[in-house]
Amino acid sequence: MSEITMIEAVNLAMHHEMTQDPAMLVLGEDIGINGGVFRATVGLLEKFGDQRVLDTPLAENMIAGIAVGMAAQGLHPVAEIQFMGFIYPALDQMISHAGRMRNRTRGRLSCPMVLRAPYGGGIHAPEHHSESTEAMFAHIPGLRVVTPSSPTRAYGLLLAAIRDPDPVVFLEPKRVYRLMKQSVKDNGEALPLDTCFVLRPGSDITLVSWGAMLHETQLAAEQLASEGVDAEVIDLATIKPIDMETILESVGRTGRCVIVQEAARTCSVGSEISARLAEEGLMSLFAPIRRVSGYDTVMPMFRLEKHYMPSTERILQAVRETLEYA
Amino acid sequence: MNKTTTFTVAYHQFLLPNGEPDGALPPLADDTLALHALYRNMLFTRLYDERAVNMQRTGQIGTFASSLGQEAIGAGVGLAMQPSDIIAPSFRESGALFCRGFRVRDLLLYWGGDERGMSNPDVGDDFPICVPISTHTTHAAGAAFAVKYRKEPRVVVCLLGDGGTSKGDFYEAINLAGAWNLPLVFVINNNQWAISVPRAMQSKSETLAQKAVAAGIPGIQIDGNDPIAVNHFVSEAIEKARRGGGPTLIEAISYRLCHHTTADDATRYRSDEELEAHRQYDPVPRLKAFMTQRGIWSDEQETQLLTACKEEIEQEVKHYLESEPQPPASMFDSLYAALPGALIQQRQALQEKE
Repeated sequence: MSEITMIEAVNLAMHHEMTQDPAMLVLGEDIGINGGVFRATVGLLEKFGDQRVLDTPLAENMIAGIAVGMAAQGLHPVAEIQFMGFIYPALDQMISHAGRMRNRTRGRLSCPMVLRAPYGGGIHAPEHHSESTEAMFAHIPGLRVVTPSSPTRAYGLLLAAIRDPDPVVFLEPKRVYRLMKQSVKDNGEALPLDTCFVLRPGSDITLVSWGAMLHETQLAAEQLASEGVDAEVIDLATIKPIDMETILESVGRTGRCVIVQEAARTCSVGSEISARLAEEGLMSLFAPIRRVSGYDTVMPMFRLEKHYMPSTERILQAVRETLEYA
Repeated sequence: MNKTTTFTVAYHQFLLPNGEPDGALPPLADDTLALHALYRNMLFTRLYDERAVNMQRTGQIGTFASSLGQEAIGAGVGLAMQPSDIIAPSFRESGALFCRGFRVRDLLLYWGGDERGMSNPDVGDDFPICVPISTHTTHAAGAAFAVKYRKEPRVVVCLLGDGGTSKGDFYEAINLAGAWNLPLVFVINNNQWAISVPRAMQSKSETLAQKAVAAGIPGIQIDGNDPIAVNHFVSEAIEKARRGGGPTLIEAISYRLCHHTTADDATRYRSDEELEAHRQYDPVPRLKAFMTQRGIWSDEQETQLLTACKEEIEQEVKHYLESEPQPPASMFDSLYAALPGALIQQRQALQEKE
């Protein structure tokens, strides 16, 4: 079996599910003949035709809105927003309708749609192409927010997102799109949503991260291992709802936690995890919870982005400070 | 200068304000049952609105949006649709919603602050009332794609107000409807006021119908207080869409004889003179006068209809007032298909508090 990248895994999952599910279709800007600007939808138009692979007019609010309408009428739309920086017009639809349709009709209608978008920095992209604003979606009731950190999890989690009977915002860390290769079995097996993945068991400290930042977090864990510190690494994977059970269990054993995120700090997903640990896990903590995050600044243009995004060094420093508490 | 495009916007009307025919009439004008149905729906809606406003004033429901003076649009649209068609309403089309299977008790529940008002399973695939302006126009386009994709002979009808035509959502939806040749009819209730902002301040566009030109779809203006015109032209647009003829935008000219909602006081921004001047265009007496002139409506029928409508409304009000309250924890129960584990604790906390 050949090894594939995350973007190929995303593509593979959509090929698989479109073959299985005649109600599934994909829509977005440049997703047809162009195969998506990152090539996530390559080959779909040729295989499934222009009634299931829909190049839309350029209007992100409309893309989300028609996906809501399609989903409410029994289709399973998977809509692509070209970059997370352009997703904000779609936010209205996700807040006002996608997350509410089932609730406000008491289940008469529902909204089984997926809104996919590449997000995050580190690829020297133009302005507005590098933000990590997952917390805005994580705040919206009725949605799921999911982010994969590897080709395997991209394949399994995207299948799960498409099959989920409720709306899912699927955020793909674009720095990981071609960062690594894994052998991914095209067996149609979804991974579970609403659950964390423990990537590395450990007993001294818990490192929680998601998306692209798991790369630096795992490098930090390896460095710590060489220094005799046994770090547990947790991939959050589903950003909403958060699987606190797994995190609390881990921190219950390690007594220390560092949360690593690319997003700005204030009112972030890391803030929520930190608050929940303070509320429900305080008695097992030996040290204050630390967040290593982007700064509360505008995401810089690419010349400065490496200073904004947490580095392995910043993670290690936070871990060492956390370990200093006896 | 080379001219690349020109356009005209047709205006259609069959009945003059006094109920006299304005030229040739469509076959609908000879269909007594259809006229009676239009009249019944308009009168019923007017009586329901009056009752609902009173219920708001006495604290039995929350803020309510009346459709006083605009009943021809709800009735004309609702009765033009086939049961299998799909409506994407805004919030001022009670008459159309009654045609779709929503009951008075459903709408009272909704305005009474209870989600179950939009849950009636008999309504089928219709979209719920949409409060955020024009955000439902793209849902209508998505739904229209869905029925076209499945090759179903169904049409989606989307209702919005004049204020709604200023939003990007509306342009995005009509643009897509044109580009994808969707089975979709947009009906604008141009009641001249978006809360306190008059039509002239909403857009310099001479008509709202001509916004269709830029989307490459037909746009017409009709007298929205002429129920025969509304029903005729909406039916025509729906059947054209059903045949694969694509979308139509219909601007129905009306006037809001009521406040925006019960939370609004239109005397702050609208003169009594203007309001009074528009009463002569009221669609309800207009159709009654036409039917009376034609000898298909009598005082006795009017009395009977009034009594029947009032009785039905009172029955429905009784149902509403006697409805069991939702358990507080129900706010969790339709949020997702299955409540995620992460929310179970919150649901339990609420239940324990009760």
